[in-house]
Amino acid sequence: MRTQIIEKLKAISRPKKYPDDTDYTSISLENIPSLATSFKVDSRKIEIIALEEGMVPERYARNMKTFSPEDQASLLKSQVSIVGLGGLGGTVSEILARTGIGTLNLIDGDRFEASNLNRQFLSTYETMGQYKTEAAVKRIKEINASITVRRYDEYLDDKNSDALIRRSDVVVDCLDNITTRFILENASKKAGSPLVSAAVAGLSGHITTIFPEDQGLKLIYGRPDDLKSKGAEASLGCLPSAVSVLAAFETAEVVKIILGRGPLLRNKLLIIDLLDNITEVLDLL
Amino acid sequence: MVHVTLKLFATLSRFTPDSGDRYPIAPGTTVKHLLEKLGVPEDDVRLIFINGIKGHLASTLTDGDRLGIFPPVGGG
Repeated sequence: MRTQIIEKLKAISRPKKYPDDTDYTSISLENIPSLATSFKVDSRKIEIIALEEGMVPERYARNMKTFSPEDQASLLKSQVSIVGLGGLGGTVSEILARTGIGTLNLIDGDRFEASNLNRQFLSTYETMGQYKTEAAVKRIKEINASITVRRYDEYLDDKNSDALIRRSDVVVDCLDNITTRFILENASKKAGSPLVSAAVAGLSGHITTIFPEDQGLKLIYGRPDDLKSKGAEASLGCLPSAVSVLAAFETAEVVKIILGRGPLLRNKLLIIDLLDNITEVLDLL
Repeated sequence: MVHVTLKLFATLSRFTPDSGDRYPIAPGTTVKHLLEKLGVPEDDVRLIFINGIKGHLASTLTDGDRLGIFPPVGGG
């Protein structure tokens, strides 16, 4: 069937030029679902085959050059779990969907309330009271129907964490409290998955990447037993600018992990302070 | 006297002295001593960085050091 799909893709493809005037072979947005229907396969499968044959689904055209078609196919074959769908998670899910990560697992038991509106992009008048996962699934499907989205309307805790955090290529910590971050780190380590973890208070925050063999969160927070669940954000809140910057850094880290390219923030902490225009990468070891 | 640059993040920023970008300290001053002098509660100090590398309360500061302090931060 792959041969027939390739033939059909070649037949419907058309030559286009990137803004720098170089040539590529484009597959239009409308052609993907119709091909998927006629071959009775996922539209993601059609996109992956196109990319493996050097053809570019138009929706990924502006990812190209930074990503090769093979890179884009790898992203479509990968699976990322996003834990927490508030300020960080809403933005992370949007960016990863547009980047073309093939499977997104969304984990959060919370529903939207009015105090989320300052920073959580999925919160609107319409989504008040809805599960955050529900709004996220709808948004992702509106952006990219090729993505498989799995929704878990549960708060992560030490009873469900092993079942919820199955092996993913990357797990993204978008939680809003320190206690659960340690539960997530533990579950990610057990699952053998790298974890990208960001946290915000006011206009400040930080992000790090933790592989299963790394020391991880204790380098940042000390021993979990010594900590209150909420940090400085309890008095400073979380500002949308800082949340969005850190969410963007998280997604860049996810892509670097999947493609195996670029320096990672393992045993390092990237800190930001948007009041004093600070970004700096610090050594945790 | 020697001088250090101080950056206190998030909730700790209110303890920043006026001369935080060139703060005078006696030679041999530790991070712990400095934070006591500024009135920063030790329980709120989670991350200590000296010149971009993780430090400790007992670390001794030297002339020109850049000291950064983070409280615990967990929001999203």
